[in-house]
Amino acid sequence: MQLRLIKDKFFSKLMLVLTLASVSVLLVIGIGLYYKSIPLLHKLSWGQLLTSSIWKPLKGLFGFYPFIMGTLWVTGIAIIVALPLCLLTSLYIVEYAPARVKRILTPFVNLLSGIPPVIFGVWGVLFIIPLIQKFIAPHFVDFSTGYSVLAGGIVLAVMIFPLIVSIISEVLRTIPQELKEASLSLGATKWETIKKVILRKALPGIVAATVLAISRAFGETIAVLMVCGNNAVAPHSVFDTGYPLPALIANNYGEMMSIPLYDSALMFAALLLFIIILLFNIISRVILTRLERRLVA
Amino acid sequence: MRRRKFEELFFRSLMVLATIVVGGSFFLIVGTIFYKGIPYMNLDMITKIPGGGFYIGKEGGVLNAIIGSLYIAGGASVLGLIISVPVALFINMYMDGQKFLSNTLRMAYDVLFGIPSIVYGAFGFLIMVYFGIRASLLGGIIAVTLLVIPILVRTLDEVIRTVPLELRDAALSLGATRWEMAKVVLRQIRPGIFTAILLSFGRAIGDVASVLFTAGFSDNIPTSLHQPAATLPLAIFFQLGSAVDEVQGRGYASALILTIIVLIITVLAQILTKKFSKHKSQ
Repeated sequence: MQLRLIKDKFFSKLMLVLTLASVSVLLVIGIGLYYKSIPLLHKLSWGQLLTSSIWKPLKGLFGFYPFIMGTLWVTGIAIIVALPLCLLTSLYIVEYAPARVKRILTPFVNLLSGIPPVIFGVWGVLFIIPLIQKFIAPHFVDFSTGYSVLAGGIVLAVMIFPLIVSIISEVLRTIPQELKEASLSLGATKWETIKKVILRKALPGIVAATVLAISRAFGETIAVLMVCGNNAVAPHSVFDTGYPLPALIANNYGEMMSIPLYDSALMFAALLLFIIILLFNIISRVILTRLERRLVA
Repeated sequence: MRRRKFEELFFRSLMVLATIVVGGSFFLIVGTIFYKGIPYMNLDMITKIPGGGFYIGKEGGVLNAIIGSLYIAGGASVLGLIISVPVALFINMYMDGQKFLSNTLRMAYDVLFGIPSIVYGAFGFLIMVYFGIRASLLGGIIAVTLLVIPILVRTLDEVIRTVPLELRDAALSLGATRWEMAKVVLRQIRPGIFTAILLSFGRAIGDVASVLFTAGFSDNIPTSLHQPAATLPLAIFFQLGSAVDEVQGRGYASALILTIIVLIITVLAQILTKKFSKHKSQ
């Protein structure tokens, strides 16, 4: 009898320790990255780091503006491409599609989410780059190699399709059937019901999905690195090259130990990503949890 | 009236079109990889390590990267599972009646899930510098373990929640301790554990950014935890950056290998999930 109780106590403590240890990783990452950024922050202020566009590590000049803009452009394009497509797809899957079509579609969305980032990158190089270079860019600019923020945005958009579709579908399913039926029985068409009832009801969920997708797109590294051109100048059009923050970290890890403050600068870039993504994730999770709770209530 | 009907038709076609684009993108990607990769595919690719002059187009394969990836993904999944099973049990069994705390924990793991792999890579690198570990198999496994723990915890958590409460109550009412009850639940969710392993393995084997700083790269198959290890995604990335056509082609073939591995894992996971949910409804 004693032994059983001791066992129970022991395992309960062990589990508590493991849980606390694995959750505290969140805190430790933040502290570790901040600690490593201190040398850089001593030399330059947050304002200087974020707004300067001069990137000359050898001279000790670290301006993150071009990289921040690169990240914003790529993410912006990805959301503009992905959100309408995914919203329409989710609406179709939940509201219109016959059960048979649903059964076929859902596995493919899951399969797409399983494809590794590097494969998206290879696809971007093989398919999107030539597409932009030969067919899209010639209509707008004199010359483009295809390596551009547009390519990065499109590749990212496809990468976040499964995430957005699954969350929005989930949200759409939580909308009470009675609401839809009330609208339909008043003579509204299905689309009118979607436009005036469903979308309005689902708005917080759609916002949460978008915020989550943005944070996913922010941190995506290798696929974007492969198609963006990686030029440390802030882009001014969709056909310009860009150099997002994660790509900066990934591309320069090799030489970061040989130049003073360089490692600190790269860890600062990681810290920036961490902070932004942390905030965005918390915001979207809070919205989604509220929705869930309202559903249960 | 005509206008309303037209609007309905218009948006409905738009939805079908969007669905085709979203669903079709999967085929477009896999199709492109197969189309470009198959011409360069041969037995050497998966049975040989890079020979001398591999990177200027001479003979060899990417066996080193395949094995390296399997080691890292396997090691990280096992290590992750050892940590995640107790965590998932703890959240569900030992935190009864503390709704706020358990939900906060769930959210923390969701947020951890959202942290990009490049940040885990950078953080793993910091840990390695701190403990004086060089880029190695061990370093890679540490970083990737951090990456897969949130996936494992959240998947296991979902699975444990499908276990009927009556089962737990029955165990408890017979005088079982919570740990004995946990053992009963563990037996129930065995298929779910496999699904979780597959999901984490699939994520781990495809990730680049986390192993970039931590695992290093080597043309040989690592024989100890302290040797650097090549990984398949990184091999693809390096080969694609080459100026030699033959090497680039091998990059496509390596991409094909990775795609096939990941597709098999994902399909297996889905079949298991389906089987498991059938169990549940009975």
